[in-house]
Amino acid sequence: MKDLESIKQQIEAGVAGAQVSLVPNDSPANQPSLLVDAAHGLAVATFLRDEAELRFDYCSNVTGVDWMETEQKTKVKQVFDGEEKEVEQVVKMPGYLEAVYHLYSMELRHGPLVIRLRTKNRTDEVELPSLTPVWRSCEFQEREIYDLYGIVFAGHPDLRRILMWDEFKDHPMRKDYVEPDDYEYEPTPHDEVLAKSKAHYPAEVKP
Amino acid sequence: MDEGLRNELSKQGVFTTTLSDIYNWGRRSSVWPLQFGLACCAIEMIAASMARYDLARFGAEVFRPSPRQADLMIVAGTVTKKMAPQVVRLYNQMPEPKYVIAMGACAISGGPFKQGYNVLKGIDRFIPVDVHIPGCPPRPEALLHAFMTLQRKIDAQEMSGKARPRHLDPDAPSEFPVPQFGEHDLVPSKNDKVWEPAVVVRNG
Repeated sequence: MKDLESIKQQIEAGVAGAQVSLVPNDSPANQPSLLVDAAHGLAVATFLRDEAELRFDYCSNVTGVDWMETEQKTKVKQVFDGEEKEVEQVVKMPGYLEAVYHLYSMELRHGPLVIRLRTKNRTDEVELPSLTPVWRSCEFQEREIYDLYGIVFAGHPDLRRILMWDEFKDHPMRKDYVEPDDYEYEPTPHDEVLAKSKAHYPAEVKP
Repeated sequence: MDEGLRNELSKQGVFTTTLSDIYNWGRRSSVWPLQFGLACCAIEMIAASMARYDLARFGAEVFRPSPRQADLMIVAGTVTKKMAPQVVRLYNQMPEPKYVIAMGACAISGGPFKQGYNVLKGIDRFIPVDVHIPGCPPRPEALLHAFMTLQRKIDAQEMSGKARPRHLDPDAPSEFPVPQFGEHDLVPSKNDKVWEPAVVVRNG
């Protein structure tokens, strides 16, 4: 397989207007990926599948990631009454949801290529283009992401919940999900379970 | 009947029994389980029913595919909240007298999924359970032990009086409410008439 930088250039040359950026991975896995803008997601996917040199004809895995809002603290020098002071500035980074696709080529025997699509935020603008029309194997996995993370895949042929029941309203894999409070006694609680245990069995908890 | 007199009579070739003994013997010797499994515990249940462990020795080899023909529900495996209403509905469709064995850590308490969002913390929250077996999964021997425990329980049942079993009491419920799918959890999340949270009593 070509390196990601040349694939990125090939996509940008082949799909008009597509914005692709390379996401490095510093972990021991060292598997960098390509971040594709959501507006051109479907066109880029079709290009990756049909381009003679790439031919990514098999999508092995789709998964979701929930990135919470984060705060970045930076120290900025500002001038107050002629004096220069260091002030801590808090910049809020917006959160977003991400769909990650793992692509292989059965024909050319290469892969994996990891591409990511990001939503605008975590609350109301959570729409992404569905890649099921390109790779049929995405169908159930996109349904699962819709169920557990709440990403709405536009163009999906059958977007329903797949694991939880249809009446369910929450998205359990989101980091701010709060599960129903049906704690039951257990003898050695710790961490979060200990907090629940204290609320339900105040006399039992030892100091 | 006096035990000594019965022994004396049997030595003389006169066999005596009681109606409840015959009744209970008949019921406990032919307990037909409902044929369904929910997770890996079902594999152990299947092994218990096959030649090596041979559940047929206890008269329970006839796994019925219909709840109408079954006496015993072996809840073998993880009961997810999505599956729980169906399990309760199957139990309601079984005719009295009916019994429940909760098999494995998941069926009795939620097991390794206890802190999760999608698994019921024990099927005894919705239906009355006669025998609980811990284990992950319990070996077939444990299921046989549960089965013998159930048989002993049936043997000890009386036909009349306050301690009589549910199927002889016209006022006792035979069906239990089926939980509905709610927006965040099952509604209700437990049947208060069947299950109460554990009460912790500390000594000293």
